[in-house]
Amino acid sequence: MFKIKDLKFKNILDIDYLQVEEHNVTCIVGKSGGGKTTLLKLLNNMISADKGEILYKDKNIEEYNPFELRREVVMLPQTPVMFTGNIRDNFEKTLRYTVRDLADDVTYKGLLEKVGLTHSLDSDTKNMSGGEKQRIALARVLLLKPETLLLDEPSSALDDETEDFIIRMVVDYSRETAGTLVMVTHSRSVAEKFADTIITLSDGKIQDIVDNISLKDENNMHYSGL
Amino acid sequence: MQDVTLIGLAAAFIFLLILLAIMRKERLGHEWEIILSSVRMTVQLILVGYILTYIFDNPSVWFSLIVLLLMLTFAVINTFQRVGNVPEDIKKIVGVAMFTGTGITILYFIILVFRIEPWYQPQYFIPIAGMMIGNSMTGITLGIDGLLTGMKDNRAVIENALMLGGKPSLIMREITGRAFYQALVPTINSMMGMGIVFLPGMMTGQILAGAPPLAAIKYQIAIMLGIMGSVTLTVYIVIKWGSRTFFNQRGQLK
Repeated sequence: MFKIKDLKFKNILDIDYLQVEEHNVTCIVGKSGGGKTTLLKLLNNMISADKGEILYKDKNIEEYNPFELRREVVMLPQTPVMFTGNIRDNFEKTLRYTVRDLADDVTYKGLLEKVGLTHSLDSDTKNMSGGEKQRIALARVLLLKPETLLLDEPSSALDDETEDFIIRMVVDYSRETAGTLVMVTHSRSVAEKFADTIITLSDGKIQDIVDNISLKDENNMHYSGL
Repeated sequence: MQDVTLIGLAAAFIFLLILLAIMRKERLGHEWEIILSSVRMTVQLILVGYILTYIFDNPSVWFSLIVLLLMLTFAVINTFQRVGNVPEDIKKIVGVAMFTGTGITILYFIILVFRIEPWYQPQYFIPIAGMMIGNSMTGITLGIDGLLTGMKDNRAVIENALMLGGKPSLIMREITGRAFYQALVPTINSMMGMGIVFLPGMMTGQILAGAPPLAAIKYQIAIMLGIMGSVTLTVYIVIKWGSRTFFNQRGQLK
């Protein structure tokens, strides 16, 4: 899906080669300040590399219309920010900003349920908890039906139980729609549980890439053997 | 017309002494600022009086245009001083907006509304241009302030909306709309209260100088619409173009 070649961004990232597979769940782990968020922003073209190239579907992302690219490769930032107004406004603004037709309340309600919320669409988002905002932000992203999802610490504002629920939901969504999911997480256990591939970033460099599918299978075999 | 005598004028300065006495008694400080501002007002107006007398006696296209240019330049500089930290890109836009926005309105009103002949006749051209430029300056100051504050307060929201694939012009619409309205508020307010809460300066001046009130209000109505027009044009250009300067060609936040 993505191929990164000789990439340099300030003194934050320095990647010789990296490939992110299509239809896969890729987790990026590593210490904070290691360049994880920067890498996601580069894939979403929120920033452009100083050197090197990033190919998306074998075409340099700088050659895409940036807005159309971002609608296909949507990024959810770590700190959720609500658009002013109620939940419906948040959905409608998402559609308006991206030049799409508005949807109906049934669609919005369905997305809310998907992220585990039962609020009325008229609820003001201003006084919601971090976790609730994170879920609404996620629902907003799902409304756009992106092919590729970039999630930056999707569970930072959530407790463990909700974290598990949300991530499982996103992973399921991605698998059902044969989408591609790239997720930055501080939690190695989350990565080991859900990822097909785990990339460890350290000081802006790729430290290692682990094929987690075979590891997961191995674990499953162990368990079944017991 | 009844002239103000020098003795009469001197008597008006009594109120300056009262203010200074109060400030001293209450230890408020700032006395020198008051003295300086009064002296500056007096000296500047005397100078302008002489300059205008000369220009009125010798009407010329060049004099009128030079005065216009000076007023515009001071207005632009004044805007930068009042807002502070205006980004370089926006400074250029303010210059362009001030010159084109007020320029177009001034010429339109002088030529088509007031039908002044010749158009550069200084006793009309200079005060009319001055009023439009002065109000546009206030409008732009408020407009830029609204834009910069809106941008600062909503950076995270804007970034979030961009990540979803939003178009900058659509994302910025709420902020630019608010800034535009904020810039228009003084003009709207002054039109609301006009004639009831206060008599506008220009009309008061004309009436004091002996013009019939009905003639004075016709000028006043026209000039208010002119002010609205020039504020609208200049502020719209500044906000519309200014809001684009926060993004680069790739729709990335600068």
